[in-house]
Amino acid sequence: MRHHLILRVITKLLVGTIFLFALYVQFHGDYSPGGGFQAGVIMAAGFIIYGLVFTLKRVKQVFPPWLVHKLIALGVLIYAGTGIYSLLAGYAYLDYAALAPHHPEHGQHYGILIVELGVGITVTAVMVAVYYAFASRAPILSDEDW
Amino acid sequence: MATEQLHHTALTLVDHLPILEVLVPFVAAPLIVVLGSRKLAWPIAFVASAISFVIACLLLLQVLDGSYISYHIGGWAPPLGIEYRVDAANAFVLFLVSGISTVILPYARASLEAEIPRRSTTLLYALYLLCLTGLLGVVITGDAFNVFVFLEISSLSTYVLIAQGSHRDKRALTAAYDYLVMGTIGATFFVIGIGFLYMATGTLNMADLAERIAVQSDSRTIRAAFAFIVVGVGLKVAIYPLHLWLPNAYTFAPSAITAFLAGTATKVAIYVLLRFMFSVFQPGFVAQVPTLEVIILPFALLAMFGASLTAIFQRDLKRMLAYSSIAQIGYMLLGIAFFSQAGLMATMIQLFNHGITKAALFMGVGAFVLRAGGSFYHHLNGLGKSMPWTSAAMVIAGMSLIGIPGTAGFISKWLLVQAALDAGWWPIAILIVASSLLAVIYVWRMIETLYLTESKAELQARQAPMSMLIPLWIMALACIYFGLDSDLTLSASRTAAEGLLAGSTGME
Repeated sequence: MRHHLILRVITKLLVGTIFLFALYVQFHGDYSPGGGFQAGVIMAAGFIIYGLVFTLKRVKQVFPPWLVHKLIALGVLIYAGTGIYSLLAGYAYLDYAALAPHHPEHGQHYGILIVELGVGITVTAVMVAVYYAFASRAPILSDEDW
Repeated sequence: MATEQLHHTALTLVDHLPILEVLVPFVAAPLIVVLGSRKLAWPIAFVASAISFVIACLLLLQVLDGSYISYHIGGWAPPLGIEYRVDAANAFVLFLVSGISTVILPYARASLEAEIPRRSTTLLYALYLLCLTGLLGVVITGDAFNVFVFLEISSLSTYVLIAQGSHRDKRALTAAYDYLVMGTIGATFFVIGIGFLYMATGTLNMADLAERIAVQSDSRTIRAAFAFIVVGVGLKVAIYPLHLWLPNAYTFAPSAITAFLAGTATKVAIYVLLRFMFSVFQPGFVAQVPTLEVIILPFALLAMFGASLTAIFQRDLKRMLAYSSIAQIGYMLLGIAFFSQAGLMATMIQLFNHGITKAALFMGVGAFVLRAGGSFYHHLNGLGKSMPWTSAAMVIAGMSLIGIPGTAGFISKWLLVQAALDAGWWPIAILIVASSLLAVIYVWRMIETLYLTESKAELQARQAPMSMLIPLWIMALACIYFGLDSDLTLSASRTAAEGLLAGSTGME
């Protein structure tokens, strides 16, 4: 897509902003609308638009498929791991009070923050993996045919 | 209030058993993916499954007296929080599911290696564990929506597991796709039903639902919910006219996966049906609606005869066993249709006995596929001589399928006939015996092919590897053991049936 100058310039400007917005939605999720799922989709949209404009090969260099697959599982482990921590601390599974025993309300804040981070990582990776799976199929139209 | 010392009694390991039952395989699955090691995948899967089995045994022993254990996820008390509730009915099913999974995993290693390319096996074990997690979660949870979530976890992983059979036969892809479409329709019906229940009652906790439904059971919304849930779960159970996904899915899935699914997936769905009918809607509600006589009973009889007849005319052993599964599910539904304690007890025990019998049979098929290259009858000619141990185990499991005295299958058929006589439905009792005769025909066809035909000269099948034979024989011997010493299964299914018929145990 060498000839689409406007698309390339705009995308370069946008991708960073999209990532920043994703992080805002992620970590401000417990005070305002948003959270791990929305943030994950926005973050993935950043990678996908980069892939659409700068080719799949380039985006795979930035975010290689093996890493995507590991991150899918890692997010789940972060979520479940939070629960296991509270389990080991003698609380019920996923009882966030365990994270700050003397101040359970703060514990709830920390808990939801960590768990949402896990959700965000998994959702980002799953969305990108779905994009890779579809985009990696043989193209029907080559780039020069546009 | 800043650093106030808050009173909290620490929970012990024993208190955590209900969540650990599901959590161990659930955490092991992503762990396999993150480690990404082909060598570690199988040991992790096996250890996780074995731990689940041990926990299931401990839970079953705790609830055999008719009590129940309640676990609050996140420390949020039900009905607001999600509750895991273990009683005799679900501890018995947990025991079955985790037990079958643990026996099949050692078997699966050699079988999957032969049927699946090596690079796929690591992820396959992760999926297997996710499927196990889903099945265990469906059974253990006391929250109606949580059932749906776990049902989807197990279903989605099942679709992929079935599709893995495409390395051997491309038709596995269409089989998996069919199952995906049918399974999704079933799940949609189920979740619509739960939506209606939530609309009518404003709660999702099963015990809380039961209390509120009891007060307003004549509401049209609740009746619609009942219909949607029965049809939705019916698709997963493979109740006779809704069974079309099952034969292909079982035939084309990898052998070890078929053995696992045949022993667990439909049994878990039967459990969900029982749980919703008796613990959520309550026996009093079920007695009012004509579902049992008009739908469950005739379709159960149709399954017993229709599917058995179809099984007789199959040319593929694996497909024959799949049709036989549909017929055997008919027996379980029949037990429900009696609407008596004896009937439900027969359903619970048939659920268990058929689970181990079918797992053994499909494991035997896997051994034949490995050594003889296929499961069509013409592949199996004369294998009784070249694969004596596998064939002998198949005969034992086959006898259990028919219900010959001394095998597990006999106990469940006996209880079922007894329940029919107790209810005064002696024509049904005759039909049960008659359909068992059909089972004799299709099992005899298998035995005839194995022992009484000449093997092809050019094909000399070797004995199956020990890693497959030992698990196969554990299952085959279990078919005999639970036929001779039925104390555990009888007492568990009796307590389960009593508990189910008593309706909801109520909120604490």
